[in-house]
Amino acid sequence: MRDEKMESIERVFGERIGSIISESTGKIRSINQKYATPKIKLTGGAKFALLLLRFYLIFLVVLLAYKFWTIVHGSA
Amino acid sequence: MDLLSKFYFNYSKLIKTIKIYLLLAGPGLIVMIADNDAGGITTYAATGAKFGYSLIWFLVLLGPVAYFVQEMTVRLGAVTKHGHAEAIFSAFGSFWGWFSLLDLTVVNWLTMVTEFIGMTAALSIFGVPPAITVVIVILVMFGIVLSGRYWTWEKITMAFCLVNLIYIPAAILVHPSVPDILRNGIVPNFPGGFNGELFFLLMANIGTTIAPWMIFFQQSAVVDKQMKEKDIPWGKFDTVVGAIFTVLVAVFIIIVTGTLLYGMNIESAAQAAQVMMGMHPWVGTLIAIGLFDAGFLGAICIALTNSWAFGEVFGWAHSLNYKVREALWFYVFYFIGLVTAGAVVLIPGAPLVLITLFVQVIAVTLLPAALVFLIILLNNEEIMGKYKNTRFDNIANITIVVCIIVVSSLYGISTLFPNLFG
Repeated sequence: MRDEKMESIERVFGERIGSIISESTGKIRSINQKYATPKIKLTGGAKFALLLLRFYLIFLVVLLAYKFWTIVHGSA
Repeated sequence: MDLLSKFYFNYSKLIKTIKIYLLLAGPGLIVMIADNDAGGITTYAATGAKFGYSLIWFLVLLGPVAYFVQEMTVRLGAVTKHGHAEAIFSAFGSFWGWFSLLDLTVVNWLTMVTEFIGMTAALSIFGVPPAITVVIVILVMFGIVLSGRYWTWEKITMAFCLVNLIYIPAAILVHPSVPDILRNGIVPNFPGGFNGELFFLLMANIGTTIAPWMIFFQQSAVVDKQMKEKDIPWGKFDTVVGAIFTVLVAVFIIIVTGTLLYGMNIESAAQAAQVMMGMHPWVGTLIAIGLFDAGFLGAICIALTNSWAFGEVFGWAHSLNYKVREALWFYVFYFIGLVTAGAVVLIPGAPLVLITLFVQVIAVTLLPAALVFLIILLNNEEIMGKYKNTRFDNIANITIVVCIIVVSSLYGISTLFPNLFG
């Protein structure tokens, strides 16, 4: 299955670039597997802090999107 | 005789201590002095020009803030023997890991562009074309890491750190009024009341005190230096010394610009140096050299931060103790980062001002995350053992981290919406 994927990537991008891309995606996949689950036991406080962090990042993304929207519409 | 032998004993003890410190000094000193990068110098220059000596007390307060945050990276690096990027992947999983790594890459690359802007602007004061500056700087920066020894890189970089002290003779040359500095600078005050402009500069100063790359850099440098748990007290001392130097440099820049440029609107350190060339050529020259050095130190540390972070996560050899052929990707990454950032500055009409502003905005997406991860990791007994945060550490660190997150977020938002705070 993985070999087929690599072959199709190499067909699209050419042999050399294709092999670099397939090696990189393979490496990223193995990193994702290696770090699939957090290794430390998170306390309630830590989980809460991470939840706040997610909300904070969503807030910033919304803010950036709003800024982009105001620039596009020329009202900034 | 007894007094003489006592004196000799104390003298030898002091010399021995200094020798041990010079062996172990490095990451803390370098990260703190490199913190006064091109952007930092600009912020201090603008602060001095706008408010004179009045905000010196505020910069003095920022020294302990920087120390408390960076000290945690010393303990974490020495105990886990992992860099911050790897620690995040390992402790919090791949989602937060990729987020931190990619965000760090973007922020660092943009910051490197600002360092090159500072370096080219500084040398253009002496008539050096930007292209020549960029090429020579990249070659020198690559040459520094080629020795294949962390120790060599560290000591060369520490020599560049010494150049950062150039602002001290510059301040002496402008003959500032010491009573004025003591009267206006030491007692906490808000010149002209607490208004939007003052708030923006206070936020900018806090923003330059702790940057995301500093956390990743010092932890990776501690690991690369192969510091162990027993070296933690020295690592902390190194960070204290670095914090003192970073505050000293900031204060002396304020003294220079507060004396010569008081009341002027300064947009960049290069502009300050240029104006000073007309008033006091020696001071202008020193400021320009200092700005170049600041950009140089910033760029070299930030480029290494990226290489270390990617090496840790991708499992490549990632140490300055390796030769180029032994850690090819580590050096390729370092080189590509520098070349691309330098090249941007040479593109005619490149949006350099936008990039400078954008750095602040992107940095606030990473800084809170990096700080929260740091606190959580430092409180984990499984990882830190007896080196975990004490109650006092937590009170100090959590207070500082919350303040930094709030202020840096406001700074980033005010960069996006300049009229928000009046």
